[in-house]
Amino acid sequence: MKRLLVYLKPYKKECVISPLFKLLEAIFDLLVPLVVKEIIDVGIANRDKPYIFSMCALLAGFAIIGLTCALIAQYFAARAAVGFSAGIRRDLFAHIQKLSYAETDSVGVSTLITRMTSDINQLQSGVNMTLRLLLRSPIIVFGAMIMAFTVNVKSALVFVIIIPLLAAVVFTIMIKSIPLFKRVQGNLDCVTSVTRENLTGARVIRAFRMEDADTERFSAANEEHNRTQNYVGKISALMNPLTLILVNLGIILLLLSGGKLVKIGDLTQGEVVALTNYMAQILVELVKFANTIFLVNKALACGNRVEAVFELPIGMEIRKPQDRQNTQDAVSFQNVSLTYRRNAEPSLSNLTFSVPVGATVGIIGSTGSGKSSLVHLISRFYDATEGTVSVNGCDVREQNPEVLREKIAVVPQKPILFRGTVRSNLLWGNDRATDEELWEALAAAQAKEFVMRLEKGLDSPVSQNGKNFSGGQRQRLTIARALVRKADILILDDSSSALDYATDAALREALRALPYRPTTFLISQRTSSIQHADLILVLEDGCLVGQGKHEDLLQACRVYREIYDSQFKKGGESV
Amino acid sequence: MKKKQKPQFDRKTVKRVLQGLKHYRIALIFSLLFAAATVALTLYIPLLTGDAIDLMVGKGLVDWNGIVKIVVTIGICTLLSALAQWLMNVLNNRITYGMVRKLRHDAFVKLQKLPLSYVDSHSVGETVSRMISDVDQFADGLLMGFSQFFTGILTILGTLVIMLVIRPSVALVVILVTPLSLFVASFIAKRTYSMFKLQAETRAEQTALIDEYIANHKVVVAFGHEDEGEKEFNEVNDRLEKASLRATFFSSITNPSTRFVNNLVYAGVAMTGALLVIGTAGSANPFTVGSLSVFLSYANQYTKPFNEISGVLTELQNALACARRVFDLLDEEELLPDAPDARVLEHADGRVELDRVSFSYTPDRELIKDLDLSVSAGQRIAIVGPTGCGKTTLINLLMRFYDVDDGSISVSGTDIRNMTRPSLRAAWGMVLQDTWLRAATVRENIAMGKPDATDEEIVAAAKAVHAHSFIKRLPNGYDTLLGENGGSLSQGQKQLLCIARVMLALPPMLILDEATSSIDTRMELKIQNAFAEMMRGRTSFIVAHRLSTIESANVILVMRDGKIVEQGDHATLLAKKGFYHHLYNSQFTDAVSSIES
Repeated sequence: MKRLLVYLKPYKKECVISPLFKLLEAIFDLLVPLVVKEIIDVGIANRDKPYIFSMCALLAGFAIIGLTCALIAQYFAARAAVGFSAGIRRDLFAHIQKLSYAETDSVGVSTLITRMTSDINQLQSGVNMTLRLLLRSPIIVFGAMIMAFTVNVKSALVFVIIIPLLAAVVFTIMIKSIPLFKRVQGNLDCVTSVTRENLTGARVIRAFRMEDADTERFSAANEEHNRTQNYVGKISALMNPLTLILVNLGIILLLLSGGKLVKIGDLTQGEVVALTNYMAQILVELVKFANTIFLVNKALACGNRVEAVFELPIGMEIRKPQDRQNTQDAVSFQNVSLTYRRNAEPSLSNLTFSVPVGATVGIIGSTGSGKSSLVHLISRFYDATEGTVSVNGCDVREQNPEVLREKIAVVPQKPILFRGTVRSNLLWGNDRATDEELWEALAAAQAKEFVMRLEKGLDSPVSQNGKNFSGGQRQRLTIARALVRKADILILDDSSSALDYATDAALREALRALPYRPTTFLISQRTSSIQHADLILVLEDGCLVGQGKHEDLLQACRVYREIYDSQFKKGGESV
Repeated sequence: MKKKQKPQFDRKTVKRVLQGLKHYRIALIFSLLFAAATVALTLYIPLLTGDAIDLMVGKGLVDWNGIVKIVVTIGICTLLSALAQWLMNVLNNRITYGMVRKLRHDAFVKLQKLPLSYVDSHSVGETVSRMISDVDQFADGLLMGFSQFFTGILTILGTLVIMLVIRPSVALVVILVTPLSLFVASFIAKRTYSMFKLQAETRAEQTALIDEYIANHKVVVAFGHEDEGEKEFNEVNDRLEKASLRATFFSSITNPSTRFVNNLVYAGVAMTGALLVIGTAGSANPFTVGSLSVFLSYANQYTKPFNEISGVLTELQNALACARRVFDLLDEEELLPDAPDARVLEHADGRVELDRVSFSYTPDRELIKDLDLSVSAGQRIAIVGPTGCGKTTLINLLMRFYDVDDGSISVSGTDIRNMTRPSLRAAWGMVLQDTWLRAATVRENIAMGKPDATDEEIVAAAKAVHAHSFIKRLPNGYDTLLGENGGSLSQGQKQLLCIARVMLALPPMLILDEATSSIDTRMELKIQNAFAEMMRGRTSFIVAHRLSTIESANVILVMRDGKIVEQGDHATLLAKKGFYHHLYNSQFTDAVSSIES
């Protein structure tokens, strides 16, 4: 939480003013019983009507001052809380944007989104409440005690007994119930996961006639949740009755000691009224205080979660250039292995190959064989665990990833577009591209035709995730986006899967004819898509089991032959 | 964040909630009794305190015995009040949590009875949120309603009655100021609403942006578009800050404002009360200092219930909206139950007959029309077509996940609509491409098809599909707990477990979705062998990707855009030079060279 407090720094003024005015408001609240005492002991006792009027005017004055103080306090608290959360959101978003693939993988996208949204919202209301209430309640409680001492020292001793008892009760119940609330939440998570499972597996569950068994599973989780809920409920329901008992005990003690003191003339009737009023004020504040603590506790948990994201390291280390032989290769891998964090097995092991400038490389292998991992290393989305990846003859770890990525255009497996227009999406590739260049890219990506048919052409709106385009259209637009970049290296990660055969062939033809001749990496599951590549890399289980040209691999590489046979030769192995 | 609320209570929903409460009639009555007792006692205590104060007028004028008597009464009342309060809370918890449990249970049972079309057309997240967060919000509202609504109203009424009884003239001061308090609260609430709305809208806009940029973070990084994203984000963020400041501030002025009104009431009561004490001193019905203290203590807390009640009302509205969403789920149309005279399919012989079957998911988009297909025992039917062509539709019909619109499907000569669903499904063994495992042990996952299977049978099934060796290597072997949807198992391993599941039960007919795309070649070979083992002598429908499977099938169904466009064996279909021919060529021959040549 400490780290987040920095975001309150610009609001130092607010953080002082708000509690300060709350304090003032509290002080005026505390003065009220004293004024009432004066009304009784002076005004009524002396039948002094003008005095009563002036005292009541004073009360009204207190009310106005109280309101003003409260409004000032609330305003500054809101400013601090809102500014605090806006600052965190801004920096957290920037931070998340800069996270490496490895870090995003380890945390998970959905977690990041919840932290950005609901966690920060909770934090905001936590800060708001803290500034407003956390200080006020203890001040009222102790202030009431101090005021009691100014009224009568002997009677005030009752407060000295009752307040610690009250504190003990409130904190014991809270300490007991907070972990229990967590358990309730855990049980609810169980209920949720059984439900989720039942829905995701609806077909299998019905096919295996598991409906009743599943209902039993659900009932067990549901019952357990209900049981703990009732249990926690019983404990937290003790809070109000116990505080009520203690406060009334205080009033009883006040009345008894008051009776004795009034009898010997050490205390007036008005003073007794004032003392009981203070006791009653304590009760009201305590209830508020307990609620605030719950809220703050929740906000602290959210704060820690947000902080955990800030603690994720950003960016990648850039090594100092070392002596090396300058090669002409666009891309080369030297004994490269990659093990993803939290994985025991390497996803790529010991890859060595080099690709001359302008060559077309086909990468083939079944899913999970490491094809995407391989190309991710070229853009330095991940760093190799072992070995060296070089781009343009230079170790990628010695290059600034942002500069490196500008030379590379990637078409990801999932065709993702962003809200905006066709143009705004294409400009992602190169924001200085002219319309003419955009159309060229669209033509090469086989997307020119359908974009032209759109009513607004390049300015046609794209909704979130490009939902208003079909899968094939999205795929072609993402290819065009990459082509706009006119990069040295072009990577297509199985990006023609949604295209029909003729379009796919035309696309490959257009890629071959690109005037700036990028070094091209083509990932595919089909041998037909890559068989004309200058170099074919065959991956299996993260190992490079073959590299070369189509004809050579057919002779020399068993895996390649198997893949080829299963797709071309009639009558492969039996089923 | 406040949600948009409907201005009026939804009567039907209220009625239904009340009906649900019927079950807790006795608990409810007791809860109300305890609430009344709590309020009465809580209001009685200040009265007693006032009486005690009247017994200590000044030096020498103290009725000690009287005070002790009153103090004892206060003690007893306090204990009783505390007990009543605790019992009321416990009862309220019991009622609410009981309702929650029942709602969730009913909803879950309902899910088992809903047609798959419901599950298919609603996202998992949406249904889960109905069952979990909506029910929770409903409970919160209900609980708040119980614990604050009745006590709030009773407190207001009680206070008014007592004040009127003691001294109507002073009570009038309080009553006259009440509308002012209500007016202030509603004035602020109205103003705040539009600000909350703006805040909610801006927030939604920001969430959409966050969603887009963070969910697609990898693309953003690949194109170095982080800074542009930040710029866009900061613009929305600044707007949100402004909207949020206004909403937060305006909503937070309700309490100080009503407290202000409250303090004015207090001053008013102090004044009229004090004057009355002086004016009635020595009369037959004096307004004592004790009474004044009673009035002051009431005035101090009088507006609190008003605030609470208005809070509860918005909360209740929200709760009802949530309840409605749950009720909507409970009201969804259920599957037609199996007829009482439905046949229990035993020992299916493997014959499957499709007679003029027509089906579509939506009336405006026809999918299958007049499909005839006759499968004799032990035949293999391959279903081929490009990705997304609706191969699962046929599986849906065969398993009776969906009912045909027209025509009929018969198994062993009986229309499947005339047999019980469980017995029909028991006759099929199904392995889907989408491997689904539950968060349970490996053993439980395999035994799904045959819960009473012995350990030997389970191991045998695992061995038959070549899964035994990897299972043994798991930390706890067959007792290893898998995470949600298989957890850390590889796609291929998951697939093997799904096959083992069917292997164990080994029904007479099979539906197999060959999932070769997500499996490495060696694993694929194992799976193919496991499939082959299973299919021997069994009628099988196979969604096929491999040429060998397709060629050796007795019948090939060629699908395109959800429709079955061709049907026949390999040779016939090739000769036809239709879509199958085209598909075959594009997938299995070197089309590039043919274009270039």
